[in-house]
Amino acid sequence: MPSPSNENQIVDMKKSNKLKYFFESASEKLFLICAMLSVISLLLIIGFVFYKGSHPFVAEGYSFIDFIFGMEWVPSEDKFGILPMIVASIFSTIGALVIGVPIGLFTAIFLAEIAPKRVAKIISPAVQLLAGIPSVLYGVFGLAIIVPMLQNNFGLAKGQSLLAVIIVLAIMMLPTIVTVAETAIRAVPKTYREGSLALGASPIGTIFKVVVPAAKSGIMAAIVLGLGRAIGETMAVILVAGNSLILPTSLTDSVRPLTTNIALEMGYAFGTHQEMLFATGIVLFSFILILNFVLAKISSKGGK
Amino acid sequence: MRKFKDNFMLGLLWFSAFLTVAVLVVIVGYIFFKGFRLINFDFIFGDYSPVGHGGIWPMIITTIYTIVISLIIATPIGILAAVYLQEYAKQGRLVRVIRFATESLTGIPSIIYGLFGAVFFVTTLKLGMSIIAASLTLTIIVLPVIIRTTEEALKTVPLSYREGSLALGTTKLQTLYKVILPSAMPGILSGIILSMGRIVGESAAIFLTAGTVAAMPESIFSSARTLTVHSYLVTQESGDIELAAAVGIVLIVIILVLNLSATFISKKLNKADY
Amino acid sequence: MGLLKKLSIGLFILSAAALLAACGDSNDNETESSGTGTDTVSISGSTSVGPLAEKLAEKYKEKQSNTNIEINQIGSSAGITNAISGVSQIGMSSRDLKEEEASELTETVIAYDGIVVVTHPSNKVKDLTMEEVKQIFTGEITNWNQLGGEDMEIVVVSREDGSGSRDAFQEIVGYSSGELIRNSIIASGNGNIKTTVATNKHAVGFISFEYIDDSIATLKINGVEATAENVLNQQYSLSRPFLFVHKDGNFTEAGQEFIDYILSPDGQKIVSEAGAIPVK
Repeated sequence: MPSPSNENQIVDMKKSNKLKYFFESASEKLFLICAMLSVISLLLIIGFVFYKGSHPFVAEGYSFIDFIFGMEWVPSEDKFGILPMIVASIFSTIGALVIGVPIGLFTAIFLAEIAPKRVAKIISPAVQLLAGIPSVLYGVFGLAIIVPMLQNNFGLAKGQSLLAVIIVLAIMMLPTIVTVAETAIRAVPKTYREGSLALGASPIGTIFKVVVPAAKSGIMAAIVLGLGRAIGETMAVILVAGNSLILPTSLTDSVRPLTTNIALEMGYAFGTHQEMLFATGIVLFSFILILNFVLAKISSKGGK
Repeated sequence: MRKFKDNFMLGLLWFSAFLTVAVLVVIVGYIFFKGFRLINFDFIFGDYSPVGHGGIWPMIITTIYTIVISLIIATPIGILAAVYLQEYAKQGRLVRVIRFATESLTGIPSIIYGLFGAVFFVTTLKLGMSIIAASLTLTIIVLPVIIRTTEEALKTVPLSYREGSLALGTTKLQTLYKVILPSAMPGILSGIILSMGRIVGESAAIFLTAGTVAAMPESIFSSARTLTVHSYLVTQESGDIELAAAVGIVLIVIILVLNLSATFISKKLNKADY
Repeated sequence: MGLLKKLSIGLFILSAAALLAACGDSNDNETESSGTGTDTVSISGSTSVGPLAEKLAEKYKEKQSNTNIEINQIGSSAGITNAISGVSQIGMSSRDLKEEEASELTETVIAYDGIVVVTHPSNKVKDLTMEEVKQIFTGEITNWNQLGGEDMEIVVVSREDGSGSRDAFQEIVGYSSGELIRNSIIASGNGNIKTTVATNKHAVGFISFEYIDDSIATLKINGVEATAENVLNQQYSLSRPFLFVHKDGNFTEAGQEFIDYILSPDGQKIVSEAGAIPVK
């Protein structure tokens, strides 16, 4: 028979244990809620953008085909076609990749494999820093230097052009590509190189035939990140694109990529016009999803 | 022949690296060269005026507001989310969904965040174009960064710490905030600093949610202009490259300081810990 | 470990302080705008009216320090939309209201303004007929030599669809948005047009009188110089009103006082100093 005081103690302990359990499980619930917030945010974003963007096609009788393949964008006359912008986005992204990827990749290889340690130790952090520079500043530079240069030295009637966009985007993606690819290349085990060299391969041959393929998935990640930055970039592009509404047929045409269209007109658009900008956002969104998917496929195939 | 090819590739590598460094040096050099003459006490701490170049103190304050508010919200949520993913969750469908969502958020371009913020926070929640609307949008943007870096930091805490603590009879919660979180602190802090950098550099999302008012914000419900948006607007609206570059210098210095302190903190604390 | 703890505590205190400050601010704001303390008048709209409104606001603040005026330059249509939806108390417009807009809003003409066609200073073409302006902007004339200038391509710079200046310009010149030459550069503000034209010898654009300076050359239309006098004596036809629009339910005394100030002799003096044309 436990004494009354003892009994009280046990009850107390039970109580405090209960409290403890309550806290433990409550806090776990709280943590779960926090973790779910990113899911909720994503759903909210997708939900709102798709809801707003699909409204004209679902409820107002606009044709989605006409939207995607339409050549005319005149909101005040109820014409919403974004083919020129889709093409502008694709061209500028591809162009930037063609210039930015080889240079960035080679720079990464140089820093990881060739450069003297002391040199790499200065350059790598500097390049990393540049990845963090606000993109607006690349646009300022583009407008102040690249646009006049194209105008004055290459005899273009206007420097605001697809070419200017491509150059600015290529420069912008360089730091991202270099930093991520360098990390990937450095992560390749030393034994790979030693093995290859021992088999009589040259140092350069080793780099391109052994090290780079081994770092493939990291390099792909670098390219995807660079690509994401290029296709999503807005403010730097507005400054150098010229924002014309024509289907670009040459590098010297001024263009309006999808992102630019949203930022330029979102400020005052309302009604159907605003919804069409959300629809532009959906197209941009889909692009990013498709590109990520394709590149993931490529890299997983390459891995095998 | 092979030798020639090797030398050619080697040359190409040197050339690419040179080109990268040259381009980046030219950009930063240009911004400094073009803008440094404007940098002085009055410029940094002066009030904005539409005449002349005007001071940028309101934009600095606005930038600080956005950083502080979005981090106040994003930091606890991000850390707790990472704790759940690393310490509590059973690896399964739910965790996969959360991970997928977090990764997807990282890939969304900021203009889409801007669109969302403009319709959700500004219009639906009736916050108007304001610092708070921009900060909430930025919260979602930096959330994945904080979750990811915190997760990485938690992964590096040795299992023996947890076991040792639990063996002493502490609860999971006590272990968490007395043992695990403190040892993961350096990683978490550098994640927070990384997020600051992201916020400072953001423009498109802020442009659509905070507006462009060039004045000292009265409160967090005022519309205001951050440094990046200011730099964009003075370039675009008045073609004042000199001013844009001067703002650019301030931005670059902020990013530099943030990067250095991230490096410093993780080094210092790692030493203190182990 | 000590440093760690200090750091995390510091961080916590900092964020708590900021949170408090933020909450404090918001409370202040609420009490102030309902009471007699500081009033905020939110204004948004035209980038043509914007600089003038900023100058007026700056001078007004010297007199009336407890009124805070917030100006967002986002284009006429956006400003009108904001005034209708209540996001802003006052909308600025540099074009006349459309019928459906006019039914919801009350308008006040605060000034008149001219629109001037501008080119690079080196351009030899200094005078155009209205018909030629139309042909340039609709792409019928594409080379300066068709107008007696050098043999070089014309680069048309226009404002975005939704700009009050663009609407007013198109209406007076006589072409529609759909007719605008497709490869024209679209600039998102008066200043943007000015800098684009000032740095490109091929370019032609149109800006508000307030933005005229030495970096660009102004063109005569039908032989008439773009000046305030010529607008007033109706010789120069490219002009439009600057409007402040508001919704009656969403209009405060502070807003009314600011408008009264603008229409006062003091305010109208600032209007003419800014390069716009006074109402009286």
